[in-house]
Amino acid sequence: MMTLKVNGREHQVDADPDTPLLYVLREDIKLNAAKFGCGLGQCGACTVIVDGKAVLSCVTPMVLLEGKQVTTLEGLGTIAEPAPIQRAFMEEQAAQCGYCIAGIMMRAQALLQRSSKPTDEQIRAELEPHLCRCGTHMRILRAVHRAIRLMDTADVSSAASGSAK
Amino acid sequence: MTGPSRIVAGIVAIVLLGGAAAAFAIVWRPAIAAVEPPRPLAFDAALVKRGRDLAAIGNCNDCHTVRGAKNFAGGLPVPTPFGTIFSSNITPDTETGIGRWSEAAFRRAMRSGVNREGQHLYPTFPYDHFTNVSDEDDRALYAFLMTRQPVRAPARENQLSFPFNQRFAIAGWKLLFLRHDTYQPDPKQSAEWNRGAYLVEGLAHCGACHTPRNALGAERNSAQFAGGDVDNWHAYALNDRSHAPVPWDADALFAYLRDGWHPDHGSARGPMAEVVSNLSSVPSSDVRAIAVYMAGISGTPTPDRKREGEAALEQAKSSSAKASSVPISLTNTAGASIYAAACASCHASGRPLPFGGVNLALSTAIASPDPRNLANIVLSGVQAIEGERSPIMPGFAASMTDAQVSALLSYLRAQFSNHPPWSDVEKSVQDARRAQTAFLLTSPPPRNAPVDPQQREKP
Amino acid sequence: MNAPVILDRRRVLAGGGALIVSFSLTGAVAQQQDAPAVAPPPSPPGSLKTSPYLDSWIRIDGDGGITVFTGKAELGQGFKTAFQQIAAEELDVPFASLKVVTADTKLTANEGYTSGSNSAKDSGTAIQNAAAQVRALLIAEAAMRLDQSVENLRTENGAVVAADGRRLTYGELVAADMLHVQAQPKSKLRDPATFRLIGQPVPRVDIPSKVTGGAAYVQDMRLPGMVHARVVRPPSYGAQLTECDTSPVERLPGVVKIVRDGNFLAVVAEKEFQSIKAMNALAGAAKWKEAANLPKQDDLLKVLTSLPSQDTTIFERSNPAVAGQKTIEATYTRPYQAHGSIGPSCAVAEFVDGAMTVWTHTQGVYPDRQGIAEMLRMPPASVRLIHVEGSGCYGHNGADDAAADAALIARALPGRPVRVQWMREQEHAWEPYGPAMVTKLKASLDGNGKIADWNFEVFSNTHSMRPGGAGSMLAAQHMAQPFALPAPRPLPLPEGGGDRNAIPFYSFPNARVVHHFIPAMPLRISAMRALGAYHNVFSIESFMDELATLAGADPVEFRLKHLDDSRGRDVIEKAAQSFGWKASQTSPHDRGYGFAFARYKNLAAYCAVASEVEVNRETGRPRLVRAVAAVDSGQVINPDGLINQIEGAIVQSMSWTLYESVTFDDTRITSVDWQTYPILRFNAVPESVEVHIINRPGRPFLGSGETGQGPAAASIANAIANATGKRLRNLPLTRKRIKQAIDA
Repeated sequence: MMTLKVNGREHQVDADPDTPLLYVLREDIKLNAAKFGCGLGQCGACTVIVDGKAVLSCVTPMVLLEGKQVTTLEGLGTIAEPAPIQRAFMEEQAAQCGYCIAGIMMRAQALLQRSSKPTDEQIRAELEPHLCRCGTHMRILRAVHRAIRLMDTADVSSAASGSAK
Repeated sequence: MTGPSRIVAGIVAIVLLGGAAAAFAIVWRPAIAAVEPPRPLAFDAALVKRGRDLAAIGNCNDCHTVRGAKNFAGGLPVPTPFGTIFSSNITPDTETGIGRWSEAAFRRAMRSGVNREGQHLYPTFPYDHFTNVSDEDDRALYAFLMTRQPVRAPARENQLSFPFNQRFAIAGWKLLFLRHDTYQPDPKQSAEWNRGAYLVEGLAHCGACHTPRNALGAERNSAQFAGGDVDNWHAYALNDRSHAPVPWDADALFAYLRDGWHPDHGSARGPMAEVVSNLSSVPSSDVRAIAVYMAGISGTPTPDRKREGEAALEQAKSSSAKASSVPISLTNTAGASIYAAACASCHASGRPLPFGGVNLALSTAIASPDPRNLANIVLSGVQAIEGERSPIMPGFAASMTDAQVSALLSYLRAQFSNHPPWSDVEKSVQDARRAQTAFLLTSPPPRNAPVDPQQREKP
Repeated sequence: MNAPVILDRRRVLAGGGALIVSFSLTGAVAQQQDAPAVAPPPSPPGSLKTSPYLDSWIRIDGDGGITVFTGKAELGQGFKTAFQQIAAEELDVPFASLKVVTADTKLTANEGYTSGSNSAKDSGTAIQNAAAQVRALLIAEAAMRLDQSVENLRTENGAVVAADGRRLTYGELVAADMLHVQAQPKSKLRDPATFRLIGQPVPRVDIPSKVTGGAAYVQDMRLPGMVHARVVRPPSYGAQLTECDTSPVERLPGVVKIVRDGNFLAVVAEKEFQSIKAMNALAGAAKWKEAANLPKQDDLLKVLTSLPSQDTTIFERSNPAVAGQKTIEATYTRPYQAHGSIGPSCAVAEFVDGAMTVWTHTQGVYPDRQGIAEMLRMPPASVRLIHVEGSGCYGHNGADDAAADAALIARALPGRPVRVQWMREQEHAWEPYGPAMVTKLKASLDGNGKIADWNFEVFSNTHSMRPGGAGSMLAAQHMAQPFALPAPRPLPLPEGGGDRNAIPFYSFPNARVVHHFIPAMPLRISAMRALGAYHNVFSIESFMDELATLAGADPVEFRLKHLDDSRGRDVIEKAAQSFGWKASQTSPHDRGYGFAFARYKNLAAYCAVASEVEVNRETGRPRLVRAVAAVDSGQVINPDGLINQIEGAIVQSMSWTLYESVTFDDTRITSVDWQTYPILRFNAVPESVEVHIINRPGRPFLGSGETGQGPAAASIANAIANATGKRLRNLPLTRKRIKQAIDA
């Protein structure tokens, strides 16, 4: 039995230590966003955030996760209250089949958490581990740029409301 | 002044003047007159092609091109113990490149490390090797470079502290360390060996990475190919001090340099990736010559060494044949569990190279004196090459803590080598985290590597 | 309230006002065929022809809930949303007030496969007309009950409203079998000028869930008691299982069952990772006998042109008065290419009380059901297939096979839902590929620089080996009593398979097109997005540029000179103008401009693409800098969805065209993962892709899901030729090939 902290909640998980995080998330905790694309660390569809950094959950076995915080797409927001990255992808309609999108959003989220204004070149370099077969790349990039703007506005408005007190 | 003191003063003056004159003579080099940029069509096509092959052997594009920027336009930061040097623009641009250099000026730069204006070049540009390049080959290289696309890209300011930022200091360095014509053909050896020696000692400048350097940054001739350090990578010893679990021979070296991998050794990644990428495009006879010469450097393995090699191959074969039997438990967060859970699925799967992970019993990185290379690879993995079939390994920098990486590295050392444990592993890991990003971000991306021999001639 | 009057519904619908939109009821535009001597009997448009009852398409509940049924599947093209728009438009209800149910053999019409870019034309048209006719029936019913004439009634917000304000909701109006009536050939459709939904970029209904972790794919299904299965596939085509000691595997933790039927081998476990470990152990225990049957990968030109073929002249036109003076010829090749779906195929099946239910991302629930029923020797009525989204399939990938795998395994575990998930390597090695193709072209110019004579030959396998017929599916082929692979047949024109888009859309005085249909399939192949059109358009449009060069003409002007079709001309002009294409333009050093055009299948959407490509002369690396496209898809349903599809087509085609080829040795497929079958990554994505839509209000919907791939490929090839002065004719146009061409 192992304790795994996911999206702020603790879960007791009965999985062998060599089980990749991806299967624990999907099967034991019943989360959908992180996807099986290859199981080999080649496509990025399984990406989640662990202790603030984007990782490929299909090649991250449970043995590495003791005491760490896992964040999945579900932990960022909901349809009713989407996070900036989710709003941005909805507003840009940045998906065709959508299978690759969750992993890409988590990678983008991790990037934006550590760097508030990455350049287009930096975003493209950051997304290198991710494959998209439908060819939605242009929209994905637009969505990440949009998320930057949304986060900017959010900061400004919260700063403004803070100073108004 | 009295008579004797006048004489002393006179002698001192003469010595000083003489010393100054001598110093001047050592330091000062004349400018060579600028020429009208030669027309590309003036060069013979076959000569240009020869120059292209030589430039590939010399890896010019590797230092003189930055990822994402134009070919040969320079600007690559090369970290040295003395500061950072930026590579120069060697396109035929007339203002910021070598467009106004005559062939004589180019040849002087290659032979003696002096630019057209007469300034000394930092030996980061390995003219201590290029001095061995024949005039004929210099001519071909000149033809090749002068027919490249001119790119306007002004030189970047080197980041060196005093006194290293004084170019005349280089003159002193040259006086001490630059030897011309260190390569001499050996009539006792085959033509192929001699060709290899000429290339290795000259253009290919293998020793620039693979030979240790002294405190002033010059290669230690007494320790040729005993292993060197570049940008937080260890360039392995290639002589009898090689730590490769399976000893190298000419055939293995040839395959490795030509295709970028060998089943008994692994794939060429890290800074070697670009080298093998370039070598895959030059005449295979040149690559074989290099392999033959370097096999001579490795020497014939001793019987002990041979036995160790066979044992390593045996360990590799048997561990791939069955699933890992190492018990994994959560309480044993030591490397054994991490290896079994995160690495074995690729590295013990038995899938052949270059697309399967090399069995770690065959890894030189694990057998090396320090864990730097292993740490670099574990942290950053191996990236895909655009549009080419090539190995991909995920990096574990984000999913493993320093303690976890250290535990893994220590386990790999114990499990897959017969060498004593490394010390200070955790510090090596911390250093590796910081340093590897620079290499990954600035170096031009490799191509052509490693090649599945089945696919060699295919698109 | 009066009892509902039984209407003469046929009369209502037949007299339903002036026809606003006309459809080509006979289907495709004939190429060179005489008009039929006898007019065919009128049939309702689209898929109403085969499923004419209105309640196959629209259901209205007593509480007013509206459900729209389509036999097509959402593949990620946004069809659920598009159909919801169409139905809401014609029913005159708010968009959010209805829901769409997709392909399900128990619930929806049989619309065959979701393929060929026919969904809008077949299903969209059916839904549009069905909805319009349902609305007409509701108004007629209200007219009866309210004793009003139809002209005094209007619909609003899901109700019929009289001039005096009396309202009857659709729920109140609908009665028993009211919608169980056959559709009429003509409908009173809404005037496009009044559209509030069709033509609007309505946000897709499925995206919010996909970006917040909702269950959206068959891979997300979790049924109570579900177990996890993995198949151990043979190492190569035709390999025979000679021995397999399964006992150690049976003892592994969580293993529930091992299924072995001839060469079909699978293991089932309680938890997913257990099933993977068991699969690896079982694969280790299995011994196979293989044969070296594969052809030479690097000589497909010779392979394809020497295999026996059935040769048909599919188009011929002759005008001896026009003679050519300068002649050129060229041969173009395409390797096998993979669908490469990001999510390997998956299916869930449950066998309960003699009934089999399979949840699958197949493109054809009815044909796949038929195949599975045949494989299991069950009556089709006992087998239900329900489409649940998978990742993009781009044609016939492993989905149908995974469905068959799941059904076969589920039969061995009655009462427990079985989830089969293919591994990445299995999807890459076993999916049916897009066939390798060869085209040979020869044409001549007359004295005025116009094409006088055009010859086109295409060598190709069939482009569809889809089930129906159990023998199309791997599980059925590998069983101890196997089903034979059905004989391959060419897909008939005008749609075609290997000859799709082989007939030029341009007008040439003399022309001949020959289809060499090759029955032998050394590699497993089937339909991949655009089918033969990808390579045929690549060839035609590359060759048009070669001819333009010979004529000394600008590529865009040259095309216009040979194209009569006005909508085609509009699309070409729009793309060229938006790109900034100028007749005597010069490109910057190391860059080139390219142009291409096609009308998909010569009857679906029109697309023209102009591109700018940079070629690094040292490395040969091609970089698509920007692409500008124009598309005409008839009446646009959702402009944003259309732009998404064309952007995607260009980027996807870029990957196919510059990188992709399946690799194999004499026995096995060797491109089995993303290392060995590289595709586009973000570091090569263009700087910009622009799509310009030419909307044609009221015109028939034209399929657009496959219209961009061919023109994008040729546009890039032409730009590379323009940049380097070298013409490459063998796909993929890799860096290495470009470098070799430059160096030569």
